[in-house]
Amino acid sequence: MMSTDLRSAMGEFKVHRVRFFDYMPSGIRALAFNQDTERMAVARMDGSVEVFHCSDRFFQEKIIPGREQCGIEGLSWVGERLFSAGLNGGITEYDLTNQKVKYTIDAYGGPIWTITGNQQGTHLAVGCEDGTVKLFEVNEDQIQFERNLDRQKSRIISLSWHPSGSKIAAGMMDMIQVFNVETGHSIHRMLADRGAGTSRSKECVVWSVVYLSDGTIITGDSVGMVKLWDDQTGTLIKSHNVTKCDVLALSVSQNEDSLVAGTSEGIVVQFQFVSMVLEKDDKEWVRTRTFRNHTHDIRAVAEITTAVVSGGMDAQLVVRPLLDKIEVRSAASALRKIHFPHRRLVSCARKSGLMLFQYPGHLELWRLGESEGKGTPGSSLFVKRNPEKLLQLKVKGEDHIRCSAVSPCGGWIVYSTASTLRLYRLHCDNNNISITKISKLPKVLSSANQLCFSSDSSHLFSASAQSSVHIASLSQSGCKFVGTLKPKSGSHQAIHLLAASEDGKWLASANSDHEVHIYNLQTQKAHCTVPVYSSAVTAMGIHPATNCLFMMHADQQMFEYSIEQKQYTDWSRTVQRKGLHRFWVERDTPCLNVMFNPQNPSHVILHDMYMLCIIDQSLPLPDDKTQFYNQLTLKSLTEEQRKSQSHAFKVCKTFKDILCVELMPDQSLVVVERPLEDIATQLPAPIKQKKFAT
Amino acid sequence: MVETSDIRVVRCGGSKVNLTPPIISSDSRFVLCTSGDLVKVYSTRTEEWLHSLQGHTNQVTGITLNPANHLQVYSCSVDGTVKLWDFIDGILIKTFVIGCPLFAIYVSEKHTGVLFLHVSMATDSKNECFQLVSVHLPKSAEQEVEAKEMSAVSSHISKNPSCTAFGRGVRVHFFFFLVWKGAKNAFTCIACHPTDDCIATGHEDGKIRLWRNFIHKKEYTYSTQHWHHNAVNTLCFTPEGTHLLSGGIESVLVQWQYGAGNRKEFLPRLGGSILHISASSDGQLFCTSHSDNKITVIESSFKVCGVIQGLVKGDAVLTDLMIDPRSKALVLNGKPGHLQFYSLLRDKHLYNLDIVQQEYIYEAGLDQFEVVKAAFDIKGSWLATVEERGKKSSDLEFFLKLWAFDERTQSFVLNTTITAAHTDRIISMCFSSSEETTMLVTAAEDSQFKAWCQGADDQNFWSCDFVGSYHKLNPTNCSFSADSSLLAVSFQEVITIWSPDTWEMLTTLCQPPGVIRDLCFGRLSCSKYLLGTTTKNLLCCWNLLTCELEWSTSVDVSKLQPDPFSENVAAFSYQSKHTDLFVFKPSEPRPLFTNKNVCSEKVHRAVFVPREEPLNSCDESTQWLNRSQLYFLTQNMDLLTFSTATEEDRMLSSSKQLVIDDSVAVTPFYLLLGKHRQQQQKLNTQSHPVSDKPQQTQGSVTIKELLHTPAHVLPAASVLCSMFVNSFLISNTGEMDSEKEEEDSEEEMEACDSQQELRAQGSVDEVTPKLSKAQERELKRVRKTDFSWMAGLIDSKP
Repeated sequence: MMSTDLRSAMGEFKVHRVRFFDYMPSGIRALAFNQDTERMAVARMDGSVEVFHCSDRFFQEKIIPGREQCGIEGLSWVGERLFSAGLNGGITEYDLTNQKVKYTIDAYGGPIWTITGNQQGTHLAVGCEDGTVKLFEVNEDQIQFERNLDRQKSRIISLSWHPSGSKIAAGMMDMIQVFNVETGHSIHRMLADRGAGTSRSKECVVWSVVYLSDGTIITGDSVGMVKLWDDQTGTLIKSHNVTKCDVLALSVSQNEDSLVAGTSEGIVVQFQFVSMVLEKDDKEWVRTRTFRNHTHDIRAVAEITTAVVSGGMDAQLVVRPLLDKIEVRSAASALRKIHFPHRRLVSCARKSGLMLFQYPGHLELWRLGESEGKGTPGSSLFVKRNPEKLLQLKVKGEDHIRCSAVSPCGGWIVYSTASTLRLYRLHCDNNNISITKISKLPKVLSSANQLCFSSDSSHLFSASAQSSVHIASLSQSGCKFVGTLKPKSGSHQAIHLLAASEDGKWLASANSDHEVHIYNLQTQKAHCTVPVYSSAVTAMGIHPATNCLFMMHADQQMFEYSIEQKQYTDWSRTVQRKGLHRFWVERDTPCLNVMFNPQNPSHVILHDMYMLCIIDQSLPLPDDKTQFYNQLTLKSLTEEQRKSQSHAFKVCKTFKDILCVELMPDQSLVVVERPLEDIATQLPAPIKQKKFAT
Repeated sequence: MVETSDIRVVRCGGSKVNLTPPIISSDSRFVLCTSGDLVKVYSTRTEEWLHSLQGHTNQVTGITLNPANHLQVYSCSVDGTVKLWDFIDGILIKTFVIGCPLFAIYVSEKHTGVLFLHVSMATDSKNECFQLVSVHLPKSAEQEVEAKEMSAVSSHISKNPSCTAFGRGVRVHFFFFLVWKGAKNAFTCIACHPTDDCIATGHEDGKIRLWRNFIHKKEYTYSTQHWHHNAVNTLCFTPEGTHLLSGGIESVLVQWQYGAGNRKEFLPRLGGSILHISASSDGQLFCTSHSDNKITVIESSFKVCGVIQGLVKGDAVLTDLMIDPRSKALVLNGKPGHLQFYSLLRDKHLYNLDIVQQEYIYEAGLDQFEVVKAAFDIKGSWLATVEERGKKSSDLEFFLKLWAFDERTQSFVLNTTITAAHTDRIISMCFSSSEETTMLVTAAEDSQFKAWCQGADDQNFWSCDFVGSYHKLNPTNCSFSADSSLLAVSFQEVITIWSPDTWEMLTTLCQPPGVIRDLCFGRLSCSKYLLGTTTKNLLCCWNLLTCELEWSTSVDVSKLQPDPFSENVAAFSYQSKHTDLFVFKPSEPRPLFTNKNVCSEKVHRAVFVPREEPLNSCDESTQWLNRSQLYFLTQNMDLLTFSTATEEDRMLSSSKQLVIDDSVAVTPFYLLLGKHRQQQQKLNTQSHPVSDKPQQTQGSVTIKELLHTPAHVLPAASVLCSMFVNSFLISNTGEMDSEKEEEDSEEEMEACDSQQELRAQGSVDEVTPKLSKAQERELKRVRKTDFSWMAGLIDSKP
């Protein structure tokens, strides 16, 4: 940890630069895009499934944590239902409302390599290790095994339905089979060439297959070829040598005029179905653009309406816009790389200087270090006491942690998995740390989507099913259920954000349907509902002095809602009327935390992955003509000129790759950074490539 | 250009052949390229220069085949005309007068009778603003037609002609390029696919993009291919459209398979960076033109089958222009690290002499060895060179090398390498011109001059003989007198005269102000004079007998060049943005000849080239050109010369005789004989432009008959043999000649002999009997008769 003095026009802070949170994002294994709802489902190596909202700036709406030993190999949407299949041989359906696994059934075919649903939404096909393609009928609330297609000798690696649903193409080792779904028999068997030379002895794995409505089958294989086959004759039409390594993933656009292929070199190659002679109809697939945004294997690609989404071993989700499909260029259509989850993984016990870091399988509790003296702005301070890891708490069972929290006083730790919720009492006298598990928890606190302590640490709020919040009071003796807060009306989507007011009077909850409910904790009744905005809430906080709810949205808009008056504040209306500065709206990561400075009530502190921002509500708002990042300019001006030049947004970009920022009561900031370079060094080595002039 | 009397400044020889893309005739037999004011026609098989299309009066800037007739070619020039030629016979068919300077020409098969031309938009030629216009050619039977019907197609196009290309289809797609903002991906060249609607563009960062769907405003799409590490200079699709050829500074021809991603083939080490690529219409031959003024002919199997080398001109000529006393070839910097020998007479590159003897790396910004100085002794048996590296940086590295001419191999062989000849850069270098002993004097910036001599008999290496200096001043130039009895070395403002025998300083001459720039002794009758030019615009002439200044005049001389065969000295002076030439004798300060405004650039290099046969001009103003010809090099690297009217007349008449026999079908025999015949023909035409033609046809009729009859209808070889031998004998007809003809000049006799020898070498298995005196006489008579017949033929020709 380093301590730095941060002093500028926006104020003066001592900063704890925390770099000991070794958060490691998990590699992306599969992508599935739902055209109707514009949702992108992402499956990661650790078994977690995330749902991104494509038209809402790719906000990570839902996270379903994974389990140990559950490698997901395929994802598929059927209507609005999401299914996955993995190497444990089971097919899983997800309950997206409550963000948990709905059920898992075994396919009895050994490890499953691929899963795909037909366009009609009636059937799911899975490809198994034992060489069978199994068809499952999708019922109202379950899926049911229907039958096997002709069993093959080698495993089924990839599957694709013909859009009519009457045929299935299956990629296997060294060959591609086309099945008639009616009869279950194989129509064609097409042999994929092995590579030349030494790789001749290696099997050619058909990693990915796409079946087009005109009968063209496109395959990507381990020889590095993208091949086009005719399903009428079972012959090869054309082959494109894309790479020396493997072509791992293919995806075709909705109107079948563009295809993207992801390779293990980390490049995405686009093919387009264009007419070779203008204004004539003889179209051909030609290789066009190449996108190089990844350093490692690309395991999944998806072409959505306006962009190519790709993900792979380097754990970043890259959204590369296709400029020819975009009507108006805007911030929403910029290249976007998503590295970190849009949730907070760090909670902070402000009063006792403790940090709780949430890993998938364990929690870590650290005590912040202390520094000495005062330095010049920007300089490092001498660290008197090193930060100290107090505790590592391993999760019982196979499920990964969904949410966790440490109480502001530092006396309580709570976490929840999909199945259990555990509460611990933390005793901390000087150097002796001990925890005791609170054994008898109320029955309603069996699992939580989000957890939050009241500011005086006397109550625990646990968001659970049906958008309800349970309140439990905490005391030395234990935990007692107090009551349940239910919204008056609205959806039953899971709550992903909770915010309690400093005076213990109010609690705000935000769910993935963009609803924000405010409850009166004294009466334990719903107080009001904030008007629903079209974009998801990414962060919110209740002002300690004015009890106004400050909300940040995924489209970078901000609202301030007065709880007592049940209406937007005047400042919020001014912001909406004048509009935000172009540079502010064009940022591509959502704000993850809203804090207030008790010393200066007009200050709101926000942060996203790249910057830290203080909004001074007493200063005028910038318009599009003013210089937005004006910190350096302001420094060079005299006191009087500075007054006329300064505006409400004071942005600090000193820190990068920020996971969390917290304001401590002693006016010091804790900035938890996780440099991307550190993540890159911990990734497995990429495929070695010859680079020119090396 | 102002013309004084009948002397004209012409681009003669050594012009750029790489200015525009060469074109290959549709039967792949000829390569046409622009070269100065001419269009030159070369044979693709023998690489020989066949003839040139002469007629433009300024730089030819573009050529293109006539789409309506593949035996015709259009050429455009800065002189504002477009000419249509029959390039096989070299006949000018039509001239279209456009009226403004033209910079490039394009034709489209879909637009008959329309030419597309680049014209300058602004009247000011400095402004790089060009416009593409289409011109409708009026149908008229006259030779010279005015074509003023122009319509602008596109404006603000790039100056580079490779930035315009024609597409297929009814619609014609033009592209004028705007520089992309941001990265280094400005467009450099463009090519259109012959059958598909696909455009290939080359970029400054070495990428090639293939664009499709480009007529849609937004749905255009492109794929990128990257191999070149520097800008792509040129792109060319093969006529079938199966391959794309690209080239750049790497001098590697890259062949990309169209539509197959990254599959490519390479043809490396082609010489200079590739500037243009063109393909023949059947796709069997490719031509690349290179920055070292070279055209390479490449077969479609990626094998180099011919090199047409012009005079290599880099960015600057560092050495002086010199004449090799043996071969009479022009010698100057050639390929990097080489000296080139160039025959001005035949306009042909002879050979390169590798001076540096190190691999040259084609990479921008590398500091590599370059030949900066070279000098021949008077007999041409010694060559001294200086190579240098590190001009910009402080650590200068240079070598002085001495080369001896080897009679056996007929080339120069390295004799001595002197690594530290001086402690600083060598400024000037000259050989003593005496016949007996050869001595080299080098003057360097370390304020010394050194004399180098060959050692004793057994070790014939060069070593330092004398070191001289004068008041620690830096020498600026050195020169030997014509008889090598005196050496003049200039030290800043002072000229010192030394005796090379005793190394005694005889006298000093001084005419301040100004540092001495050029020095030269007078020749022949004027050998008592020493000429010098200073930086302060002074031309001085000292009388060495009286050691006094004979005369001086105020003129800014940039180059002073004495003629080795006469007393004349040529001085180029640069004043108010144009160069003037004065030719004078040192004995009198009045110029023999003045030519104002020779060119608009400064002239730093010039040389007198001896003529093969002297002109007999009596005109006072052209007399100085009788024995030698003056060539000079401008800053734009144009090699220019002065030509007289009589000379031009002679050239014109000789070119008319140059009718190439093209009816010869391609047989193995032809391939075998083709080279010899063309060489022979050429030699013949040079020495005897008129007289030798009939003689040749006589012998070759039977040979032709023999070679062209299909083998299965030929009679037995024994029958043919006597016929064949008979054909070489000279018939007894035409004996009515008088003896007067014997009084033909000796020259002609000699030439005739040499011709006979050549014949003997040239033919494969001819048995030529040595001609007796009587036979020779007879031969001459025969020629005489044929000559008259020939003259008749000439007259009948239009």
